[in-house]
Amino acid sequence: MNAAGRSAPIEVSYFPGCSLATTAKENNQSLIESCARLGIRLIEIPDWNCCGSSSAHSISHRLAFDLACRNLALAPAGRPLITACPSCTLRLKHAQHLLRHDPEARRRYESLWGRPYDPDLHVRHFFGLLVEIDWRSRIGNGEIAALDLTFAPYYGCMLNRPAPLRPSSDHHGIMERVLGDLGMRSVLWASSTQCCGTFLTVARPDIVTPKVNAILQNAADSGAECVVTACAMCHMNLEVRCTLKAPIPIFHFSELIALAFGSARRDWFSRHLIDPRPLLRRKGLAE
Amino acid sequence: MTLPEGPPIRLGALDPQFSREIKKLAGTDFHACLQCRSCSGGCPFSDHMDYMPNGVMRLVQLGLKQEALSCNTIWICVGCHTCSIQCPMAIDIPGVMDALREKALAENIEAIEPDILAFHREVLHSIARYGRTHKLEIMLRYKLKKRDLFSDLDVGLRMLAKRKLDLSPSRITDLEAIEKVFRP
Ligand code: SF4
Ligand code: SF4
Repeated sequence: MNAAGRSAPIEVSYFPGCSLATTAKENNQSLIESCARLGIRLIEIPDWNCCGSSSAHSISHRLAFDLACRNLALAPAGRPLITACPSCTLRLKHAQHLLRHDPEARRRYESLWGRPYDPDLHVRHFFGLLVEIDWRSRIGNGEIAALDLTFAPYYGCMLNRPAPLRPSSDHHGIMERVLGDLGMRSVLWASSTQCCGTFLTVARPDIVTPKVNAILQNAADSGAECVVTACAMCHMNLEVRCTLKAPIPIFHFSELIALAFGSARRDWFSRHLIDPRPLLRRKGLAE
Repeated sequence: MTLPEGPPIRLGALDPQFSREIKKLAGTDFHACLQCRSCSGGCPFSDHMDYMPNGVMRLVQLGLKQEALSCNTIWICVGCHTCSIQCPMAIDIPGVMDALREKALAENIEAIEPDILAFHREVLHSIARYGRTHKLEIMLRYKLKKRDLFSDLDVGLRMLAKRKLDLSPSRITDLEAIEKVFRP
């Protein structure tokens, strides 16, 4: 702790990814705001490119590897690389796994990016950082609004990894812990780790709509007033493909942290397709 | 609840070379599969697949190339890893699906789900052009190619109204680097 009673600031490299840079700007801004309050400085990787999304690895493993690697090569040494999207995280980690185990992959990396890969670069999702820091002590002296909301924590597929990439401890329960600290109550429900349908939303909405409706109905039936997502893609699919008459609203995890910290911006919530403002007003959390 | 079943697997022309190739490309040993069917029981999209995920493991073990490359399972699979997290043999099942898709394209086998392939191609087109994905353009090009501008129009308009679809792309500066990556 320094003289002001705050822990030393943490500087990390930041990979927002395409969803947060565009369709889910509110996710990006709220994450940056929340981190600022926690004394975490997110330094965006200059000129980062798309990780390849689901499409690159779906049809070309080499393209998926190269696209992920350019980002790894752009990350400066000595700082962890924080990601916000579970899917980008997996893409970057998969490329690192190949670099570690396959000399041919390392040769390709060096010939394309003109430097050896950094074996010490620690790629991790924002949640990984959150479990490690004593986040309560980092909030400082500012007010925290108690969020009187009952929520269904929705992880989608983010906790699933192929065996070689599984972390020693996963992040299950992190949303419940952190939002619980902020006054929220979580429900136990069956769809917490159900896949949202990802890219099938475009070509096969007939498959995704019933899935999404079942997830949101399940959340409401469990007594939740809202769903909280860990992934911007899940957030979009739930909002876009839901055809229920009166679905409960869906928040990005980071929006609620920023809301409790008093740094939420009104235009985040107006961007939602399922308007969360009536609920927030009812709870005295918005004008 | 009964476990979903795929079509019966009949032994035809077995191609052990194909097995070896897919194993190398997928980087996982599907020969360890003991047909417990946990993967298929948990897969959220198995209702829409012809062969079940465990069936696909069997096809590649046996080297039934034609069947493995022309099933719709490899296109429906979204890589959510719900299966591999449950697999007692720690097999990277979606990794096998990735390898089979790539192989099917290399062998010019007609995709059973052409819309899904068309979507992937539009995403890659966007990345090649901007270094990032430009969602509005991806959707428009996909719809134009399908000659179907009207389904989902309401969704597109709602997203536009909520400023969720940017009109101009977010793009990177060093497009030469991306060009290098896309060079065959
Ligand atoms: S990764 Fe593919 S096969 Fe496995 S559960 Fe998900 S959709 Fe099904
Ligand atoms: S879960 Fe694993 S071992 Fe069981 S059938 Fe599926 S791939 Fe085979």
